[in-house]
Amino acid sequence: MSTAVQDPLVIAGRAFGSRLLLGTGGFPSLEAMAAALRASGSELVTVALRRVDPTQRGSITDVLGAAGVDVLPNTAGCYTARDAIVTAQLAREAFETSWIKLEVIGDDRTLLPDAPELLAAAEALVDDGFVVLPYTTDDPILARRLEDVGCAAVMPLGSPIGSGMGIRNPYNIAIIRERTELPVILDAGVGTASDAALAMELGCDAVLCASAISRAHDPIAMARAIRKAVEAGRLARGAGRIPRRLHAEASTPDAGLPDFGAPAAT
Amino acid sequence: MIVRLNGEERELGDGATVASAVALLGVEPQARGVAVAVDREVVPRGAWEATPLAPGAQVEVLTAIQGG
Repeated sequence: MSTAVQDPLVIAGRAFGSRLLLGTGGFPSLEAMAAALRASGSELVTVALRRVDPTQRGSITDVLGAAGVDVLPNTAGCYTARDAIVTAQLAREAFETSWIKLEVIGDDRTLLPDAPELLAAAEALVDDGFVVLPYTTDDPILARRLEDVGCAAVMPLGSPIGSGMGIRNPYNIAIIRERTELPVILDAGVGTASDAALAMELGCDAVLCASAISRAHDPIAMARAIRKAVEAGRLARGAGRIPRRLHAEASTPDAGLPDFGAPAAT
Repeated sequence: MIVRLNGEERELGDGATVASAVALLGVEPQARGVAVAVDREVVPRGAWEATPLAPGAQVEVLTAIQGG
């Protein structure tokens, strides 16, 4: 966490200098993940919980600890509120953090959030003292309901996890931005830098990327590109884009245009 | 006594605790980023030694992996 950052991302009272969250899934190795993490500048990084594998070499907890970043555990793989709640409680025990990226998935083909289960889990976890960041659909009403039950941010998808399809409904993301006071973190669907820039231009406060970086041909270069895209999109949002119009509007004035006379008759 | 440890049936001695189950997986007691649930209830690290397991207990020992 940076102390003297201009324009920090603030979630639940905690300030971050970077508006890019890194998902650590999909990297071929811990070393590759650590290198991309450095290039991304991210200060908040997701991890998942799975059964202990005695053959596993190296510890992601140690790597992230050495990098000095904050850990955001997720509940990836949970299909019910009941499982997500136990997983969050285990994550709190394992990582000594009450922050949880809440994922409750509807099926394994779309990996889309299951709205009723998500809302039920969010409410229970908030009541249990968690700082809840729910992975949600791009539905503005569901985002409002998640805000109402006390979530600390909303994380709408641009398109399905790992699809790289970008932001399929930018209007909904803009409406979510308009209708909630919470930080909006675009989660899922980013395929390349321009998707991240668009998210920020639409008014998102941050972007979470995993596959777009970890599965890129050159993850370090993509981490750098998306980092710059997030910064550029944030600046552009603040700068205020011009309105779209159907017809052209000349930027060069007509006044002072010379008259060269009619073409000579031949 | 048989318990179900991370999805596999494992033999543990009478009087076995959560700590014995964790040790069976080769996890150091001080290992960071490890959490245990027994029959869906989280057992805090400080209670591993003192929490006995019943036959048939479902023990999940989890740790961090890359994801999300």
